[in-house]
Amino acid sequence: MTPRLALSGISKSFPGVKANEDISLSVRPGEIHALLGENGAGKSTLVKIIYGVQQADSGTIAWDGAQVAIASPKVARRLGIGMVFQHFSLFDAMTVIENIALGLDEACDSDALKGRVAAILESYSLPLDPEREVHTLSVGERQRIEIVRCLLQNPRLLIMDEPTSVLTPQEVDKLFGTLRQIAAQGCAILYISHKLHEIKALCEAATILRAGRVVATCDPRVESTKRMAELMIGAELRQIEHGGSAGAGPVRLSVSGLTLPGEPPFGTDLRAVAFEARAGEILGIAGVAGNGQSELLTALSGERPANTATAIALDGKPVGQMDAGARRALGLCCVPEERNGHAAVPDFSLADNAILTARHRLPLTPLGIISTSDVARFADSVIKRFDVRTTGTAALARSLSGGNLQKFIMGREIGQTPGVLVVCQPTWGVDAGAAAAIRQELVDLAAKGSAVVVISQDLDELLELADRLCVINEGRLSAPRAVASLGIDEIGLMMGGVHGAPSPPGAPAHA
Amino acid sequence: MTTAILVSILMTLVAASTPILLAALGELVTEKAGVLNLGVEGMMLCGAVAGFAVAFSTGSTMLGLLAAVMAGVATAMVFAVLTLSLTANQVATGLALTIFGIGASSLIGAGFVGRTITRLGPVFPAALSEHPWLRAVFGHDIVVYLSLALVIGVSLFLRRTRPGLILRAVGENDASAHAIGYPVIAIRYAAIAFGGALAGLGGAYFSLALTPMWADGLTAGRGWIALALVVFAAWRPGRLLLGAYLFGAVMTLELQAKAAGITWLAPELLAMTPYLATVAVLTMMSLGRRAGRANAPACLGKPFSAS
Repeated sequence: MTPRLALSGISKSFPGVKANEDISLSVRPGEIHALLGENGAGKSTLVKIIYGVQQADSGTIAWDGAQVAIASPKVARRLGIGMVFQHFSLFDAMTVIENIALGLDEACDSDALKGRVAAILESYSLPLDPEREVHTLSVGERQRIEIVRCLLQNPRLLIMDEPTSVLTPQEVDKLFGTLRQIAAQGCAILYISHKLHEIKALCEAATILRAGRVVATCDPRVESTKRMAELMIGAELRQIEHGGSAGAGPVRLSVSGLTLPGEPPFGTDLRAVAFEARAGEILGIAGVAGNGQSELLTALSGERPANTATAIALDGKPVGQMDAGARRALGLCCVPEERNGHAAVPDFSLADNAILTARHRLPLTPLGIISTSDVARFADSVIKRFDVRTTGTAALARSLSGGNLQKFIMGREIGQTPGVLVVCQPTWGVDAGAAAAIRQELVDLAAKGSAVVVISQDLDELLELADRLCVINEGRLSAPRAVASLGIDEIGLMMGGVHGAPSPPGAPAHA
Repeated sequence: MTTAILVSILMTLVAASTPILLAALGELVTEKAGVLNLGVEGMMLCGAVAGFAVAFSTGSTMLGLLAAVMAGVATAMVFAVLTLSLTANQVATGLALTIFGIGASSLIGAGFVGRTITRLGPVFPAALSEHPWLRAVFGHDIVVYLSLALVIGVSLFLRRTRPGLILRAVGENDASAHAIGYPVIAIRYAAIAFGGALAGLGGAYFSLALTPMWADGLTAGRGWIALALVVFAAWRPGRLLLGAYLFGAVMTLELQAKAAGITWLAPELLAMTPYLATVAVLTMMSLGRRAGRANAPACLGKPFSAS
């Protein structure tokens, strides 16, 4: 059979880095083909070349056997290539149907469009209300908008870029069903991910990239997960070592009756959130994005004061009304999700970024004057200990890749040996090697007697790290459960965000 | 006879509101595309002086209006090049544009101080406007009718047309709009140009219709009221019309109070009322901020550069 898409010898360089080197790849009609690789392996660049966002330096692209030049996304769409980006191109304050209309290349009568959308939603049995505004939708529903946008153009190749990173397990199942149905109709699918078990479940072929080159092609249905992971990172996988579990020590962080209105305009209210984190444990907080995670983090960090001083207690001391600096001085450190602009100032050097939080706990500013040598020493120790790839402490935060900056930020906080560390999405967009290192540091920190709270949407990560797990949904936090006693379906149901869904056994009926 | 007085008040009200309405409508479109142009006052002054200069030299108020529109666009383009192509800070550039407009208009207008021209007259023949009530409908000049048509036009454009949808999308999420393939910068240039055109026209309404003469700082801060009005109207053209006429009413009240010889209140205090109303409205808006902000373009004032 003629491949739908065949790449041969694709190379692409950016100043100082070869993003793609001599890549060949072919996808047959109806095939679901995985493109595997760590962050920075060149997956995004390759996909951008296929979708016409970027042009290859050399190499050819054949479409249904005929050589083509894809000069722009418009050309790609005309050929029949559709793409669902990892970061959705959606407009929050607009309705679903307006968003879909914006994704089309040519004007379309609004009634006719509504009809076509309704037909697609029905034939793939996708639940989606065209009149809702996007900010009211879950991430899974938002993704459906992107998929509908693609399906409207009758695609012959659909590219999915890390589509499951923010979905609940049930939403993932639903998505896989939809993708299989699309493939069954003869559409080829190029599926980009680094989640191996999903690829095993969905894909018929896989191309593995590392450092811009194809290192292997395999059939993921028969290849072992471990083998694929090792091909991907080019080294033996490091297992997280849970050191001598300190077990349940004394309560270090106690939150009770924490109630906080959400940030306008689209925030989620926190409703009577209560939990305890003990010395030596990692408490996981799961939940789909937008259920109050960012509000919880800002309330814990001190960016917004809590409703009462006693709502948050650190080692028994009420800190609910203290500001962030005072809480840090007492040992409560936080790492927000957004690296650039929240956890770090993009235009500051790494050294300056280190001062910003570490000055409260480390003697970096004697008499209120910055000691540049001490700061440089501290920043340098973080860079070395956490293997941050950078030119030095004077490098601007914005110049680091996401994973490296995250390593630096985590190192900055862990380097202050906090009594309680609260982190949100600690390995978001971080490659597998760096993610494993960060997780190991979290485990080690807990083993030393700190309490660690991990807020994350990545269930695999939480199941790997956490001793106990709660779920945040619509600003309410479920009672924690020991991870060992939980099944993934159960957590998925808790995360699902379906109001009135039966509470899993053991959860309090406070919802 | 009271009818005649009422109609006369109504006519003043409409006339006083029209320049604010025009400038605010232009700014609304600019802001919907995600650009905050604080230089409305400067663009109005440039329009006012260019309109007067051309009308005085050629004797044609129509040519004057056209010149004002062009002057407004030209001033706005200075802002656009600085903020869009050179990604200068929008707030600082907008403020600078106002200061520039005050200075430039004063320089250009220096030779025209004290000269007068024929005021912009009603569109329809006087016969139609004999009865006071008919006068209230048919007695206005062309700019008034144009401003009302523009309110309807902009409203339909933003809500019902595909270009309007794209313009809103650019203001809502420039990165997404760019990713889908819309020319963000070009659309913003067009929106800024439209804003400049209407600000220029609004400015010229002062020098060609309200007071057919030129004086330094003729627009007297109305550009700032127009800016406040956009927020007050929560970026909706219909509410903008309402708000502009409300401000017009407050200003007319001030004139009427003076004319009626009210002495117990200092005239300076009366002259303050429109600005006090601006402050009051902005305060009310911030109090009810959930409702107001939800409609604000999410990318308002943020620089965009395609990378």
